[in-house]
Amino acid sequence: MDLYTFSAYAYFFLIVFLVVVLYSYIYHLYKNRKSADGIDYEEYAKMALNDDLGDTPVKLKENDKEK
Amino acid sequence: MENRPLEYDYTVAKMFMFMAIVLGIVGMTIGVVLALELAFPGVNTILGSGVAEFTNFSRLRPLHTDAVAYGFTLSGIWATWYYVGQRVLKVSLKESSFLMAVAKLHFWLYVLVVAAVVVSLFAGITTSKEYAEFEWPIDIAVVVVWVLWGVSIFGLIGIRREKALYISVWYYIATFLGVAMLYLFNNMEVPTYFVSGGIGAWYHSVSMYAGTNDALVQWWFGHNAVAFVFTVPIIAMIYYFLPKESGQAVYSYKLSLLAFWGLMFVYLWAGGHHLLYSTVPDWMQTMGSIFSVILILPSWGSAINMLLTMKGEWQQVANSPLIKFMVLASTFYMFSTLEGPIQAIKSVNAIAHFTDWIVGHVHDGVLGWVAFMVIAALYHMAPRVFKREIYSKSLMNAQFWIQTLGVVLYFSSMWIAGITQGMMWRAHDEFGNLAYSFIDTVTVLHPYYTIRAVGGLLYLVGMFMWAYNMYKTATAGRAVEEAELKNASPMGA
Repeated sequence: MDLYTFSAYAYFFLIVFLVVVLYSYIYHLYKNRKSADGIDYEEYAKMALNDDLGDTPVKLKENDKEK
Repeated sequence: MENRPLEYDYTVAKMFMFMAIVLGIVGMTIGVVLALELAFPGVNTILGSGVAEFTNFSRLRPLHTDAVAYGFTLSGIWATWYYVGQRVLKVSLKESSFLMAVAKLHFWLYVLVVAAVVVSLFAGITTSKEYAEFEWPIDIAVVVVWVLWGVSIFGLIGIRREKALYISVWYYIATFLGVAMLYLFNNMEVPTYFVSGGIGAWYHSVSMYAGTNDALVQWWFGHNAVAFVFTVPIIAMIYYFLPKESGQAVYSYKLSLLAFWGLMFVYLWAGGHHLLYSTVPDWMQTMGSIFSVILILPSWGSAINMLLTMKGEWQQVANSPLIKFMVLASTFYMFSTLEGPIQAIKSVNAIAHFTDWIVGHVHDGVLGWVAFMVIAALYHMAPRVFKREIYSKSLMNAQFWIQTLGVVLYFSSMWIAGITQGMMWRAHDEFGNLAYSFIDTVTVLHPYYTIRAVGGLLYLVGMFMWAYNMYKTATAGRAVEEAELKNASPMGA
């Protein structure tokens, strides 16, 4: 196998790999919401809307000094 | 929580707001002078031939680009960081005297760097690398300023109450890391005085890279400076300010995450499109082209997400000039991220390269997207940091339309000028002799250069209206209660 053939194969498999990574990430984002203690990422959008110091955090950081 | 109510501290945000307005006006005034110089060469010596050295195009041009990119835009980015950072992490700068001191040092050292840049560039001291003109002593100071910002970002994150990082924070982090990497590598330089044993000026340096390698690093830097100064932090702003001002949650938070990683992965490979038909390897040029086209996807992912955030709430665009600024900004973002990839296609680039179309592209991006977003962000912040309503809604509306007209005149004239230029440069007769000399193109382009100067002037007028409105807001706006500041910004007539 010469270098050009090798690079063509490498290119093909890289693309396949990247597509798998992309769709796995999308799957992860959706699946997380359905699992028992999972995260609904859409909840995070509220961080911009409820951003006063007195507002309840979407998810409080653990071992927070004020807990 | 402590007995006395804790508040967000906007001291440093206010300082950077002030700098953004001042440097925006300075940078764009120089821009208008440059546009006039191109249309009417006599302007180069308008203050007399004795000081022509300081007023000619070549001396002023880097001052314009650096003032608007590293002055106006960076100040806007930092003003918003010291505002948004506290709010989405739900932590006040008041809670850490260390971070407060770092933030103030960040600001004052930045002011010193700005002064050093202005003086050195006016004096003609430059490395001659586009957008990286600063000599090595200033580069070192820039690195210190940048590290201070990093301490501020990660320090605030360290003491946050909100566990997850809002999408804007991711974009600010990416800005910090991206620019740090780009700046260090592109500014690797050899201080000639010390290496040669005392020849020449002590501040002079040459790039560590030579020839094509230098060009490659330069455009890897140059293109990604656009990515990490004009795109990534501006997306950070719109992801916070548009939802907050409109009261609408981001249409799809998942899409914002996907677009973030897409943008991070793709953007860094696209810089090769600046070197099409040059001496860099052909595969690298092709890669630059391909990645530029792919870049449409993550860019439009963010922009469409913003437009969909307004779903069902489009009456707000009609009613609020602040929402108008942001919706037009994201529309211009879509527009210029479609135009850029088109220009990066090799056959299109054969006409577009080195022409005014490129200048037009840059300006519909920076005037329509970056500056509109900075203006909108600071308008939104003003009532919150000054506890007063925005002084005049009608003035803001007028500013919006004047500046929009300015952008349209700017890019449309540059499109026509650029494509005319590209076609005339390539035209030849049946024997291959060029049909036109360079001066023929200059004559034809003159009206478009004049229109461009008018467009730029209109935009500058809008900047003064912004400055006046912000000044009056801070000093004479009606005092407002906290309850009025939840979403839509209060505005006087």
